[in-house]
Amino acid sequence: MDWLRWIIFVVIILAFALSFVMAFILLERRIVGKFQLRPGPNRVGPMGMLQPVADAVKILLKEDITPAKGDRWVHRLAPIVAFAPALLVFAVVPFQGKGPGLGFSLDQPAALADLNVGVLYIVAVSSISVIGMIMAGWASNNKYSLLGAMRAIAQMVSYEVPLVLSIVGIVIASGSLSLNSIVEAQSIPFILLQPLGFLIYFLGATAEINRAPFDLLEAESEIVASYHTEYSGMRFAMFFLGEYAYALGVSAIVSVLFLGGYKFPFGLLPQSFIWFLAKIFLVFFLMLWVRSTLPRVRIDQMMAFAWKFLLPLSLVNLLLVAAEGVSTIGFGWAAVGINVILAIAFVVIWANRFYRVKGVTVG
Amino acid sequence: MALRTEPIVVNMGPQHPATHGVFRMRVTLDGEVITDLEPVMGYLHRGVEKLAEARTYTQFIPLTDRMDYLSSMSNNLAYVLAVEKLAGVEAPPRAQYLRVIMAEMMRISNHLMAVGTFLDDMGAFHTPLLYMFREREKLLDLFEMVCGQRLTYNYMRIGGLSHDIPPEFLPALKKFVRDMPGFVDEYDQLIRENEIVLARTRGVGVLPRALAINASASGPVLRGSGVKWDLRKTDPYLVYDKLEFDVPTGAVGDIYDRYRVRIEEMRQSVRILEQAIERLPPGEVRSDVPHLVHPPRGEVYGHIEAPKGELGFYLVSDTGIAPYRCHIRPPSLINLTALRDMVLGMKIADAIITLGSIDIVLGEVDR
Repeated sequence: MDWLRWIIFVVIILAFALSFVMAFILLERRIVGKFQLRPGPNRVGPMGMLQPVADAVKILLKEDITPAKGDRWVHRLAPIVAFAPALLVFAVVPFQGKGPGLGFSLDQPAALADLNVGVLYIVAVSSISVIGMIMAGWASNNKYSLLGAMRAIAQMVSYEVPLVLSIVGIVIASGSLSLNSIVEAQSIPFILLQPLGFLIYFLGATAEINRAPFDLLEAESEIVASYHTEYSGMRFAMFFLGEYAYALGVSAIVSVLFLGGYKFPFGLLPQSFIWFLAKIFLVFFLMLWVRSTLPRVRIDQMMAFAWKFLLPLSLVNLLLVAAEGVSTIGFGWAAVGINVILAIAFVVIWANRFYRVKGVTVG
Repeated sequence: MALRTEPIVVNMGPQHPATHGVFRMRVTLDGEVITDLEPVMGYLHRGVEKLAEARTYTQFIPLTDRMDYLSSMSNNLAYVLAVEKLAGVEAPPRAQYLRVIMAEMMRISNHLMAVGTFLDDMGAFHTPLLYMFREREKLLDLFEMVCGQRLTYNYMRIGGLSHDIPPEFLPALKKFVRDMPGFVDEYDQLIRENEIVLARTRGVGVLPRALAINASASGPVLRGSGVKWDLRKTDPYLVYDKLEFDVPTGAVGDIYDRYRVRIEEMRQSVRILEQAIERLPPGEVRSDVPHLVHPPRGEVYGHIEAPKGELGFYLVSDTGIAPYRCHIRPPSLINLTALRDMVLGMKIADAIITLGSIDIVLGEVDR
């Protein structure tokens, strides 16, 4: 009956992803509105809850334009290439674990496929989307698009490295590449055990999905709308949805890797997918908070940040975790204490060494 | 084999989301580095100077509103001061103090907008801008109280003001003056030590002192480069010589200094407002000047320290009811001429925020 299970899960994942993406778009606009002293969209439906629907209907009715001198086929294919990996990520994300949970119990983990190389799969799949962006940037035959695509390549390649290195720390601590086993291994959430790893992963992932302050791809004050400048209608919507689907994906992965996925912290309450969804919203809120507060970094500063700041820090983190693994400290509460203190110390020292531009000269 | 490379030319504007109004920068890029920049302007040219010749002196006042539409009061003021100089009339003391109050309110409002949009250019996703709008809104309400308009005020007249302030204006202004320093501190605290802001703005878009003087830059752009030049001090008009305030200057002339100068100027403007409210004398707000002014034959150059810099009106009279010739020295345009030198060799993103830090309004650049 495997195929039946697969079909059920495909439906669940599609429904989950699309409804959450809609919710994210609305939430983003509402919450950022609150940050900015304005109500946000509140006219369509109760509390503006139908706003994403209205937007979707509008965008579906728009004409789908291909630039006259663009590369027709690449231009049409690009949004699909960019969007599809966002959904593929959810194939290995466990929504609830095996055994009794809140309300009902399962005889196997609630994931489409509990791959034993799940982490590897996620890293691989999530880097496909950059190809879609380059395709879009090239095929549009537009200079802004091309500049945006160039930035995309540089950014993705740079941030993949510290990102993966920070996951390696998790893999060492849990001893498995399967996402379900990683969740099961978190009797102490890994955010406490590896705060440095969390920081690196979160920053790297923020950059990888092009959210502020690393949203150079969509720096509308610089390069208009970057690689999707020339897109309209449903194809634009696919890029747009893709971005939010990636935000959802990253929120889900952070919840799984660092926040203990479907488990309630310290096992105080039985496991449930509800905790998992709550954690997703928590991580997404963190991203919104950053986005509505910070200005954007410049391209060279962003690259420097990846290679000179995050990469050494992630190596230090890896060394730390590995050393604890082989020593007698292990991955218990002693390691939590050591790592939290060390993480704060490293970040403070390292940040002070990194370009600290001082000086108020106006008087 | 060496790869063949070629620079790309990108048009920033006139429909680009970042340019302030319909301004176009033809930027030549080597990757992300700017190798050449050519400003193209004139998309908003309306021939204001020529229109002046076909209107009476008073009829031209509303048109000055539409030049730098973010500081209309200052435009009014610069123009009526020039005409008064030409015709040899003077406004009564109450009008002079009220003009100072209006000009300084306008300066705060303009700087709020300038800093807000500048941070917006830096990619701060509208949050600072909307915080600034919160205060600007209060100022616009005050202006509305005085003259019924929120953007184009048309409040100054030759020889005074169009009418006196309503009784509810002063208490509202006092409340604003009381609250404003706290808000300025709040904004400053959020931005001043922000690591990203510092990294983006320190040493970027530098306008050296000598170049600033040679380009005849003025306003915060000049003072950011360390030149202590403020027409309110160097060539006092109205009652500025009786008021106490400091002229903040920068040291390096980079974007950050310009930003800091604007923030400090807001504080100083609040100081001026406090003193002006205290000393506001009773009396007439308009001296006895006929509707159709016939200034004696001659020419005159009147200038004030507008929020963006030196705003000057050069008027020639042939004793008629309209100026024979009117020429305007817009601060935005003159400051903009130094843009190319500021951004050569920088990244695209730097060019955008440098443009933002100059604080231009295209209505004034193109006139």
